Amino acid sequence: MKKECVAMLLAGGQGTRLGVLTQKLAKPAVPFGGKYRIIDFTLSNCANSGVDTVGVLIQYRPLELHSYIGIGSAWDLDRERGGVVVLPPFVKASGGEWYKGTANAVFQNLEYLENYNPDYVLVLSGDHVYKMDYSKMLAYHKEKGADATIAVIRVPLSEASRFGIMNTDENDRIVEFEEKPQKPKNDLASMGVYIFNYSVLKRYLTEDAGDPESANDFGKNIIPKMLKGQQKLYAYRFTGYWKDVGTLESLWEANMDLLGDNPKFDLFDRSWRIYTVNPNMPPQFIAGSAEVIDTLVNEGCVIYGKAKRSVIFPGVYIGQGAEVTNSVLMPGARVLVGAKINKAIVGAGAVIGENAEVGIFDPSQSVEDLPLVVIGDGEDVPPGTVVRETRRD
Amino acid sequence: MSMTASNLMGAIILADNQVNLKELTLRRQLAAVPFGARYRLIDFPLSNLVNAGVRNVGVFVQEKYRSLMDHIGIGKEWDLNRQRDGLFILPPEAYSDGAVPNAHSGDLALLRRHIDYFFRSKQEYVVVCCGSIIMNIDLTQMLTKHLNTGADITLLYRVEKDRTDHSQAVEVFTDENSRVTFLKVNPIVSSSSKILLDTYILRRDLLIELVDAAVSSGGSDFVMDVLIRNLGDLKVYGHEFSGYARKICSLETYFNASMELLTPEVYSELFFANGPIFTKVKNEPPVVYLDGATAKNSLIANGCRIEGTVENSILFRGVKVEKGAHVKDSIIMQKSVVGRGAFLENVIVDKDSQISSHKRLVGDRTYPLVIGKGSAL
Repeated sequence: MKKECVAMLLAGGQGTRLGVLTQKLAKPAVPFGGKYRIIDFTLSNCANSGVDTVGVLIQYRPLELHSYIGIGSAWDLDRERGGVVVLPPFVKASGGEWYKGTANAVFQNLEYLENYNPDYVLVLSGDHVYKMDYSKMLAYHKEKGADATIAVIRVPLSEASRFGIMNTDENDRIVEFEEKPQKPKNDLASMGVYIFNYSVLKRYLTEDAGDPESANDFGKNIIPKMLKGQQKLYAYRFTGYWKDVGTLESLWEANMDLLGDNPKFDLFDRSWRIYTVNPNMPPQFIAGSAEVIDTLVNEGCVIYGKAKRSVIFPGVYIGQGAEVTNSVLMPGARVLVGAKINKAIVGAGAVIGENAEVGIFDPSQSVEDLPLVVIGDGEDVPPGTVVRETRRD
Repeated sequence: MSMTASNLMGAIILADNQVNLKELTLRRQLAAVPFGARYRLIDFPLSNLVNAGVRNVGVFVQEKYRSLMDHIGIGKEWDLNRQRDGLFILPPEAYSDGAVPNAHSGDLALLRRHIDYFFRSKQEYVVVCCGSIIMNIDLTQMLTKHLNTGADITLLYRVEKDRTDHSQAVEVFTDENSRVTFLKVNPIVSSSSKILLDTYILRRDLLIELVDAAVSSGGSDFVMDVLIRNLGDLKVYGHEFSGYARKICSLETYFNASMELLTPEVYSELFFANGPIFTKVKNEPPVVYLDGATAKNSLIANGCRIEGTVENSILFRGVKVEKGAHVKDSIIMQKSVVGRGAFLENVIVDKDSQISSHKRLVGDRTYPLVIGKGSAL
């Protein structure tokens, strides 16, 4: 069956920088935004862009992610023709191996792509929060007659050394790619979103797989090799909100970006819905004693205390006199009577005991400068305990 | 799932066309009336059935069923989209001889019309219930009781001591072995505190036999023509439900039951006691409380955007309460907008309505003001 464009979604990363949050699940499965998981944004982009054939490459801690994706019905990707398929590493007659890098993961699944004989392959990451119409990027790719197109976003030059930077000519053709350059020449950072002509991609992936020196990575190997091979690579400029939520700080920031009268990232945009697996919980109950301001609250929450500038997932309980500020409370977290929390991420099912304190309360410092405190999934903070920093063990 | 529940099928009979909730039932079945911020009344019987392990459910509908069908669809949310059995919506047929089915011909006519559904089904027992009772019940207990007593029919009742007006209720009288001796339909003078909860268990073949016998001799009403007529010949037993239950039979009972959800005990019993209540899922973001928002003692569903004040109220999915608006003791249904500075008290606003800025709408607790679907005020 022929498909013009097939997406390969890289979701195998461990996300070590998310610490306790990814001990038991892969980064793309980490809860985000009071309701979602990180991978929802990319899958919803696919659904909203008309990309109906998506292979999800998984490797690290696949159980939760795999069962979450299921047959893809939450994103309308349960299709008779195409749809979502989870692609774990597998054993072949000649023996099997783990995915050695992002490019190798796709290379090991060329058989999947061959099924659809696509003209284009869209390569995506499962750990970014953004809304993007891939069909517009594909139109740009065709218009430029490119072999590969890489989505880029402008970043402050001072931060450019954290990203993969594209150096382009006046027509946005990429002339050089620098991974985390010390002295960046440009401010166009790769978003980890690529469109390749399938025939070209197949050739480069196959060559790369035979190269013992290669890390088999798109950014480190495939893109530089294509540039060296004089392929036509173009930068596609994206101007909306995009965030790599690969660190705890950036995960917290991205959650805060959902708040305010004019949030940086609008979840209420009906023209670009974010789909997710719904937990089917009763409506939230906001008690007479509650005060909830500048906060997102999901179904199944019962709130007696105060919540301000926070993101609250389903089934969270906030007891009388408890105060939650600048925080993210993951599903089923319980903040008991009189507990206080500031600038923290509280993991799923964690319990903050009565009158416990989590975080730093220093009005002389701006919240952005305070260190973030993370309480792991299911952790129990005993009553009256004071937690000023993330426990590391 | 218990072994016995797999031998149980469900029949939800929506024949309460006489019940009138003003504009709320103008274009929809009573069972399709929105309730509890994100549900419809039928979610309760449907969820109770599937939570008891029932995998074959027929929904018998008579009229105005478009909104009901839109809501339950293929039954996916209740896990009733099955290869075998599953969900069957059984609408009236337009007869080839030009006869029009009578919308008020009673529940027996509905059962008779689709008697094939019962012939075709494989389960030995049937739960027959209605679509407008709010409760979270373990029906396997009722089935166990039915099997243990050797009853022909077991009916569900609840003791309501505080209630004085039984004019819209069926009173149940039982002997010391909980065998039903007598039933009174809508009596003016009350003499039993046991109130029927319109839920019965009986053998499938007995149901077929009783429906046929009653309809062929002019019967139209399950209670009158199946139960009361046969109390002498059949062993009819009562099963008491001691949990929370409300039959929605008027605007007042609807409004009161809605407001009772704001009691934490009712909330936790109704939504968690014997399993979750399932409903059609919408992809709405979490509720956002903006600067200046005040919410007190309220139930709020996803997708709401709160900038004003919400007090003792129930907000369905996607409602907007703009700056300075004050919603008090009210029910606001899906995607309605309460404009800046508006004040609402004891008001039920149906779906997709717009209450413009600074409007003041006040009903009475015993007589709430109803704003019809899609109104612009």
